[in-house]
Amino acid sequence: MSAVLEHPGDHAHDHAHAQPQGWRRWVFATNHKDIGTLYLLFSFTMLMIGGVLALLIRTELFQPGLQFVNPEMFNQFTTMHGLIMVFGAIMPAFVGFANWMIPLQIGASDMAFARMNNLSFWLLIPSAIMFVGSFFVPGGATAAGWTLYAPLTLQMGPAMDMTIFAMHLFGASSIMGAINIIVTVLNMRAPGMTLMKMPMFPWTWLITAYLLIAVIPVLAGAITMTLTDRHFGTSFFNPAGGGDPIMYQHIFWFFGHPEVYIMILPAFGMISQIVPAFARKKLFGYTSMVYATASIAILSMIVWAHHMFTTGMPVTGQLFFMYATMLIAVPTGVKVFNWVATMWRGSMTFETPMLWAVGFIFVFVIGGFTGVIPAMAPIDIQLQDTYYIVAHFHYVLVAGSLFAMFASVYYWGPKWTGVMYSEARGKFHFWGSIITFNITFFPMHFLGLAGMPRRYADYPMQFADFNAIVSIGALGFGLMQVYFFFFIVLPMMQGKGERAPQKPWEGAEGLEWEVPSPAPWHTFENPPKLDPTATRVIG
Amino acid sequence: MNRSGADRTMKTKSTAALARARGACGLGMAVATPWALAKVNDLPGGPAVNQLNLTPGATAMSLHLYDLHNIVMLVCLVIFIGVFGVMFYSIVKHRKSLGYKPASFHESVVVEVLWTLAPFLIVVTLGAMATRAVVAQKDTSNADLTIKATGYQWKWGYDYLNGEGQGIQFLSTLDPAHRAMSDAGTPEGDDYLLKVDNPLVVPVDKKIRIVTTANDVIHAWMVPAFGVKQDAIPGFVRDIWFRAERTGDFYGQCAELCGKEHAYMPIHVKVLSQEDYSKWVEGEMKKIAAAADDPTRQWTLDELMARGEKVYAANCAVCHRPDGKGAMPIKPLDGSAIVRDEDKNKQIAIVLNGAAGGAMPSWKQLSDTELAAVVTYTKNAWSNKTGQMVQPAELLAARK
Repeated sequence: MSAVLEHPGDHAHDHAHAQPQGWRRWVFATNHKDIGTLYLLFSFTMLMIGGVLALLIRTELFQPGLQFVNPEMFNQFTTMHGLIMVFGAIMPAFVGFANWMIPLQIGASDMAFARMNNLSFWLLIPSAIMFVGSFFVPGGATAAGWTLYAPLTLQMGPAMDMTIFAMHLFGASSIMGAINIIVTVLNMRAPGMTLMKMPMFPWTWLITAYLLIAVIPVLAGAITMTLTDRHFGTSFFNPAGGGDPIMYQHIFWFFGHPEVYIMILPAFGMISQIVPAFARKKLFGYTSMVYATASIAILSMIVWAHHMFTTGMPVTGQLFFMYATMLIAVPTGVKVFNWVATMWRGSMTFETPMLWAVGFIFVFVIGGFTGVIPAMAPIDIQLQDTYYIVAHFHYVLVAGSLFAMFASVYYWGPKWTGVMYSEARGKFHFWGSIITFNITFFPMHFLGLAGMPRRYADYPMQFADFNAIVSIGALGFGLMQVYFFFFIVLPMMQGKGERAPQKPWEGAEGLEWEVPSPAPWHTFENPPKLDPTATRVIG
Repeated sequence: MNRSGADRTMKTKSTAALARARGACGLGMAVATPWALAKVNDLPGGPAVNQLNLTPGATAMSLHLYDLHNIVMLVCLVIFIGVFGVMFYSIVKHRKSLGYKPASFHESVVVEVLWTLAPFLIVVTLGAMATRAVVAQKDTSNADLTIKATGYQWKWGYDYLNGEGQGIQFLSTLDPAHRAMSDAGTPEGDDYLLKVDNPLVVPVDKKIRIVTTANDVIHAWMVPAFGVKQDAIPGFVRDIWFRAERTGDFYGQCAELCGKEHAYMPIHVKVLSQEDYSKWVEGEMKKIAAAADDPTRQWTLDELMARGEKVYAANCAVCHRPDGKGAMPIKPLDGSAIVRDEDKNKQIAIVLNGAAGGAMPSWKQLSDTELAAVVTYTKNAWSNKTGQMVQPAELLAARK
């Protein structure tokens, strides 16, 4: 038994006054575990809303010709699917994992700024309401694509303004979350937990948090300029007044490219913890993993214009952004090699978290290669704005971010709930998801190579068969996630299932396994004394 | 003829690539799935049925991109098999269930330096291979023919600026029958959504420079068979080039989200032999002379209505609908107070300058006669029986 709960009885008594019950526990939540739970439930809800939009898109595209929606509505679906998935599902989900796990992993009692933590969660609710509510205002939701390119944004109705305000709130929430994580990691580590002994998940989040602080204000600038162009007579991006629509793209992608690493670096951290646990062997090249993460973050700030090769850049610009982009393959490759070397000559078992982790590596590498190919500027001229790009970023965002988060739910879920998930159901969820995922997104590569543009409500007949396959796969993938909620998440939350031991995974290391399952409401109230590896509490 | 060195070396490989292309297309046919809705064939110059790879195309550049992509794919495939060969070997052999005891190694400077350097060298090599193509794509100098392509919501306008055919200009719009098929959900034909009224016509084996710009929002001019794609940006001009090596029809579509009809503004390029091209130019020039409407001529109501109906169908019906009822945010014209107003200039001003923040674009690019006809048409069509007539001269006056 760990030293953190020496007086469990006193503990409950001491904090009775600070432990609100019922709805107050959640609305006034300042406990990192409660806020983490709120974040995770919120982002899963948004994942389902974004998923329904995705299935509406795929329903329309099942056959050529317009069967269900008009093109205006279709554009609203693609736009809001992207915005909701990026800002509502993936980003808050990672913050949820950070809230739950970072204090437990570094031996801190809570996040540094508990009340700000509460605010940064609750800001998400009005912004989610504005996102979803914008479907019901005159003219419908924003239909300018999730990238909100000017000057198309100037033609949008009031929903565009709602989207801008919603993104401002999401941005404020993200920045507060990032500040909280940086201060927590830098100031609240238990004595002996030096930075270079820290687990990979807090490490990747620390770097991600710096990226967030660097680029979210840039996004805020871009959308504020859009707002003033729309209503206050400015012409930042409006060519009719001498503005430059391409400047919008530069500003947006200066945010947008680091953003994709914001959505994948914490996933790297998760996988870097799960693979060693099930290989029963230390992470290979811990130091180079840290440096590779930092290199990816730095490089991610200087490659944004590879999203803009077809805007017509000068030769030198194209060459610079082409080479810089291709260089990102180097640290990313190092990470993959390190994971494989960690598995090499380990003693592996394949419980559900490990299946997801191996699945992650496999599909994420496909997404990585399909990133190197359009990084080559001349080839990108053929692939830009086609389904190839849609395939590529779903391979890194769904197979990357989402799969890593599924791995983590299975890995840390027993610690959160005190209940083991059903191994058979977990495996069914994994195999069902990875097969339907590939049915959905692999044929998109062919569509893109053949030249089918993205964001099309209707398409030439030659693309019909692959689109039909994609739509069928998408339906399957969606159903697998509904299964995940009702047959895995819900039973765990209700406490149905085998009791989880304090450390359910034989090879797992780290302070989170030094506290009981489920993790008590308060942990590490006094700084724990750590062993020299900073993985065990010794008193 | 001015051909760059890169251009020439690329061309020598074209025959081999074409042979491979046929192979790829054949493979595409082989995987045709049984639930295909209707019979559809490969569209020469456009997409093939279930096409699996890039279009080998009709220019040296598109063939070069086809080869470059295949090489990169091969490199990726080799690395993929190598890395996952090791990983899956490990997954099969290094299992606890097989009694495998974990090793304790967890770092090796030599190995880590090696697997940082190796990918670095590979990506720099790939970059070097692509550099030549970047430079070649950007070299738009010494064009034989320069054409401006202007993106409108939702059609393309072509102006022959320089070279044989200078002065020709026309709009290129999706065949309304295809738009109607799309709405009805009953698509048909190999060129579904790719058929336009006036294709862009260019001569074979000439360096064609396309200057792109746009009237309203960003569009993108793409023809995969030529290996070109260039955003058309309002307020700015950009350029690209291609040199088609064979005659025929080549197709592309708008590749930058430009509003609701984004999927309905295709690009059709007709490549003619030099002789046929010269004949086409001659014919167009005659048409220009004949069609030069005299804006001072007085038209009758019937003439204006007949002309206006055509203009309406080609330009206005997509948003305001053929019955003039509008749709969602688009205002109806049938019964509109502005359309029925005694003061004709109210409607003329909107048609000339646009309204609703650009949602109703400006139609300045149409001729006085066309605009006069379409305003007259809307003032008298459906239930708007105002009896008002607008003469081209009034448009001419309103433009000033």
